[in-house]
Amino acid sequence: MNDLHAPSRRQLLLSSGTLFAWAYAPRLARAEGRDPRFLAIVLRGALDGLATVVPVGDPDWVALRGDNALTLDGKTPALKLNDLFALNPAMPNLNRMYAANEAIIIHACATPYRERSHFDGQDLLESGLAKPGVSDTGWLNRALAGLAAAGRVDPKGGKAFAVGPVTPLIVRGPAPVLSWSPQRVQPASADTAQRLLELYRQSDPRLASVLEDNARLSAIEQSGDMNQKPGGAAPGQVRAYFAEVAGTAAKFLARPDGPRVGALALDGWDTHFNEGIASGRLSQLLGALDGALDAVKTNMGAAWGETVVALVTEFGRTARINGTEGTDHGTATVALLVGGALKGGRVIADWPGLKEANLYESRDLKPTTDLRAVLKGILKDHLRADDRALSENVFPGSADVKAMDGLVG
Amino acid sequence: MTVQGKDAAALALHRFGFGPMRDQLVVVAGDPRGAILADLDRPQAGSVAGALPTSSEAARAVFDFQAERQAKQKLAQRLQKQVDSDGTAPPSSQAVTAMSADPLTGQKPTDNQPPLPQQLFLNEAKARVDAAIGADIGFVERLVWFWSNHFCISAEKVVAMAGPYEREAIRPYVLGRFVDMLQAAESHPAMLVYLDNEQSMGADSIAGINRDKGLNENLAREIMELHTLGVRSGYTQKDVTSLANVITGWTLIPPAQPDHGGEFAFAKRLHEPGDKIVLGKTYPDTGLGQGRAVLADLARHPATAQHVAEKLARHFVADVPPPTLVAKLEQTFKDSDGNLKELARTLVIADESWAPQRGKLKPPSTWIVAVLRLAGPMALPPNAIGRVTGAQAALGEALWRPPAPNGYPDTEAAWIDGVPHRLDIANEFAGRVAANADPQALLDAGLGPLASAQTRQTVERAESRAQALTLLVMAPEFLRS
Repeated sequence: MNDLHAPSRRQLLLSSGTLFAWAYAPRLARAEGRDPRFLAIVLRGALDGLATVVPVGDPDWVALRGDNALTLDGKTPALKLNDLFALNPAMPNLNRMYAANEAIIIHACATPYRERSHFDGQDLLESGLAKPGVSDTGWLNRALAGLAAAGRVDPKGGKAFAVGPVTPLIVRGPAPVLSWSPQRVQPASADTAQRLLELYRQSDPRLASVLEDNARLSAIEQSGDMNQKPGGAAPGQVRAYFAEVAGTAAKFLARPDGPRVGALALDGWDTHFNEGIASGRLSQLLGALDGALDAVKTNMGAAWGETVVALVTEFGRTARINGTEGTDHGTATVALLVGGALKGGRVIADWPGLKEANLYESRDLKPTTDLRAVLKGILKDHLRADDRALSENVFPGSADVKAMDGLVG
Repeated sequence: MTVQGKDAAALALHRFGFGPMRDQLVVVAGDPRGAILADLDRPQAGSVAGALPTSSEAARAVFDFQAERQAKQKLAQRLQKQVDSDGTAPPSSQAVTAMSADPLTGQKPTDNQPPLPQQLFLNEAKARVDAAIGADIGFVERLVWFWSNHFCISAEKVVAMAGPYEREAIRPYVLGRFVDMLQAAESHPAMLVYLDNEQSMGADSIAGINRDKGLNENLAREIMELHTLGVRSGYTQKDVTSLANVITGWTLIPPAQPDHGGEFAFAKRLHEPGDKIVLGKTYPDTGLGQGRAVLADLARHPATAQHVAEKLARHFVADVPPPTLVAKLEQTFKDSDGNLKELARTLVIADESWAPQRGKLKPPSTWIVAVLRLAGPMALPPNAIGRVTGAQAALGEALWRPPAPNGYPDTEAAWIDGVPHRLDIANEFAGRVAANADPQALLDAGLGPLASAQTRQTVERAESRAQALTLLVMAPEFLRS
């Protein structure tokens, strides 16, 4: 049943792969002579952390996954990181970054969410709240709103906020954010848009601001070399589109007059059935993600040295394989950090172990590191976000979750 | 405060229907509420026209199509090899010709026809869009769309069955009982494939023991979280696992089977034996009946009534619906044992549903249909259904292809940032009908008294008919309901 799969998959990837970015440089960091870049990549669907960064040194590992357990000496051997952990072999680029001290892996990591609903889990991951509930704003947007802006990076415009079809929660909120997604239909004339804008200004301010910001973005897009169509890639090739979306984000962030903070989402990680850890679906997805990381590094160019990319997911998957060669919704997983600004080459884990008694509710990897500590560490040391704002506003009620020190620098 | 007369008529057609067309605004002005309610009593309400294949017929046809295509490729390779090795010219490819008739229609494909799976999908899309565009008011079709999104599946995973699923599991029950729709949806092969239940098996079932395989809890979780009780309504992981065990064996006959392939089947050898406890109640192992019994109780659970009431009110009235309206719907759901026609009636009768504030931003698909209804048949040439599905996809709401099992979002926050992209879609459709359009008449027909003075002026002063029409369907009063 693949005939409609290809074009629609592409649509989905592009619509969720839209880049959302902040057009300002953070003032405090700039005052220190730095020009930091930050990109958040949300992996929706719950990434299997144990299949991505494999605890090969844990004596209980193989028993949990059986034939699906990656090891150092299997048919597709995992790539050794240290005595306890090895990387899924689908990720050679990440392995190289790790060796070059440009990657940090945080394991047994989770948001404060302890149930197993994707949608609550994603909401919480993106809202930054401690408990599931309705939120109109995301943590990244609130963090940006709290950063003093050192003037717009792009000198041509004022506020720039224009977004593709569906805005992800992580960037919703008060801070003005711009977006980029490839144009797919013949646009209306500028005159029609202008007339409509006049109408909205008189009768519907909310619609006016959306249209206004979109027009500004189009101007930026046309002034640079960013308007490249997604040519070359055959439809349906997840790999090509992950690389395109992430690579485009990097091109924006690398530009001298481009944005400095961005976010995008890559879907497809909900591997209930025939997970394909060594070869198959997850392996291909991880390979695509690995290619995307390489594209980010390449397109960042010299700015890579000032870059941090954070890859986060709503929760992990069951420690054991389920009845259909997949894994169900779990709890702790990995968070991946890459970028030349990191003090990398480390796996950070307060490893809980994999014995039945050590599993969360006897089924999931137990969370021992709060993801908010990691994100707070990055926001604080890389972007110079204020400690109190991080605990009260960005991740409300997280005063006792200390920002993780020493990730950057 | 509620509105009356022509104001109410315009409001009603946008809020409960797919927007006005022709002179409907005048026709229903005498009794707008009565007109919407009458839509519920229309004969054939909720059904679509045309002879379309059942889900299992479609699944078998697509299976055969793909098998045949694979064979063609292999045959071509074989012939090529022969040419390469002995230099002989390829024989006339009779085998290829013999196979190439469409297995469903018996017709041979022509060069400009899309492949069978896509053709089936487009036929289904056309039936759906035609029903919405052609409806007098479209309230019942809006209800179909609502429930289809509530119990969504994705053509990503079940392309052959996406359209048939809506016709088989949603439409027959849209004015019937919730429990019947629930039973039909959860046991439909499309749902069983979409949420991975087809291969799930009890660890102690015969197949589970023999093949050393077991449970997949995906469908069980979404039944509780999305389809009935709602998230955080009190069920536990244990309940999810238990329900997953209860519905082991709910699967389908492989589409490769020529007679009944693609149909639902209860496979006892996959079913976890034994009594099971869900939400504190013990269900004896009656095989298929065990799952039916749990679903029947979930359908009548108070949390389900609350969940459904809130979603329905949000969909039609406001992102944050009036609590009194939600309470009325909840009460009706309970009192009528989940009678969905009564539920729809309560929605229309309630004064809260007639507030003049336009509380909703229409989602892209609903807005596109409203544009096409107003613009008339010229806007959509024959065989151009692809333009509609393409526009929906470009605006982030691809037909039968939501990114996740919770369906497409139903709030302004999710859709408002895509409004600038709608301008280009509006421009495209308007360009096609402009020559024959009278913007002033369309303004009166489409918005009537809802049009603000600014909107009237903007449409009147447009530099062309096409621009006037574009601006009309992009006016706040037309985007919002």
